[in-house]
Amino acid sequence: MSKAPVEYLLHLADNAVVLGQRDAEWCGHGPILEEDLALANVSLDLIGQARLLYQLAAARMGNGATEDALAYFRDDKDFLNYTLVELPNHGGLVGYAAADRDYATTIVRNFLYSALMVLVWDALEKSPDSDLAAIAAKSLKEARYHLHHAADWVVKFGDGTEESHARAQAALDHLFRYTEEFWTPSAVEEAAIASGAAVDVRTLRAGWDAIVADTLAQATLKRPEVRGYIPEGKQGRHSEHLSYLLGEMQGLARAHPGATW
Amino acid sequence: MISTIEKIWATLEPLTDPEIPVVTLRELGILRDVRETADGIEVVITPTYSGCPAMGQIEDDVRASLEQAGIEARVVTQLAPAWTTDWMSDEAKEKLRAYGIAPPHRTCGSGGGEVSVVQFMRRPQAAEVACPQCGSTHTALTSQFGSTACKALYKCLDCQEPFDYFKPY
Repeated sequence: MSKAPVEYLLHLADNAVVLGQRDAEWCGHGPILEEDLALANVSLDLIGQARLLYQLAAARMGNGATEDALAYFRDDKDFLNYTLVELPNHGGLVGYAAADRDYATTIVRNFLYSALMVLVWDALEKSPDSDLAAIAAKSLKEARYHLHHAADWVVKFGDGTEESHARAQAALDHLFRYTEEFWTPSAVEEAAIASGAAVDVRTLRAGWDAIVADTLAQATLKRPEVRGYIPEGKQGRHSEHLSYLLGEMQGLARAHPGATW
Repeated sequence: MISTIEKIWATLEPLTDPEIPVVTLRELGILRDVRETADGIEVVITPTYSGCPAMGQIEDDVRASLEQAGIEARVVTQLAPAWTTDWMSDEAKEKLRAYGIAPPHRTCGSGGGEVSVVQFMRRPQAAEVACPQCGSTHTALTSQFGSTACKALYKCLDCQEPFDYFKPY
């Protein structure tokens, strides 16, 4: 029976845990109460998916590896997540400029990511790696709700007021280039595809394009032109933002190793 | 003579979901199986949502009950087949309704058949969520995510009461 390589499991887990951490930044700061709850729930699902994947990876690594060690004691360059998921909850900045959290950025990012993940989990549900397939089957159910939630808000923003439309379009213009990373397999993904247990993301591109086109049309938003730049987060070459995110996420576990409460 | 397996089922029967104390773990389908293996008896539980924070509590509850009854059994977590609200009995659904939570409809099911992208954008039959207070189906979705991951927030447009809907999953 073919099994997915551990690094591939880490790539999937890192995406989920990093986006879970970003979405959790809205906890207590949501624009409205319902969305505060929604983002916390999405975040819980993502962290739950990451846990299942880290547990599986740890079991396969042996040598005393644990889910906590994988989440809390690897450094930024060891993380194999897309650059898209580590970006802050606001648009690009220059120099010492600071910005507040922007809900349009969060929603558009969740939309672009969950539109991919429904396709990824749907494909992995049929993986011959039965442990991975079991995680995929659970995650697909959750990713569907995440996609519906994000797509609903993309439409509300895009087809809403002048202000909400402008901010949704700006978020899309800022984030869209980072999705180019989805379609260029890394060495980890190539090895996983060769194992027969993973999905070749390139085969999912037409499906993703269709979901995006359908939602953007309803939202009266324009799909940005992207060219040239291909991020390399999933190869461990990240933006500066991941280190700060991990600093916050890992600080407690590293200051008090083995702490329980 | 009662077998150990029957005794375990009976011991665990009173355990309820920590968040929804009117339905038992068995009725929800979280307590999935009690089975004899080569290395002793296994109690099989399954998570609902991957990140459900109640799972730790549920596992502790199961362990504590077994210990109290002096039964030796291992508690194992099994993911496949993935938990679905379709496993909930009609009796459990009625208990949810009486408690003020609109019970889940059947899921449309995933996998199988022709895979088209539109499938992912299709919503489970959103209409006809009946208000657990007055029974009216004149209701509206407020938010996909309610007080817990497994519930959505609805509002009854007739009696004006907000209520939780246990989402098909």
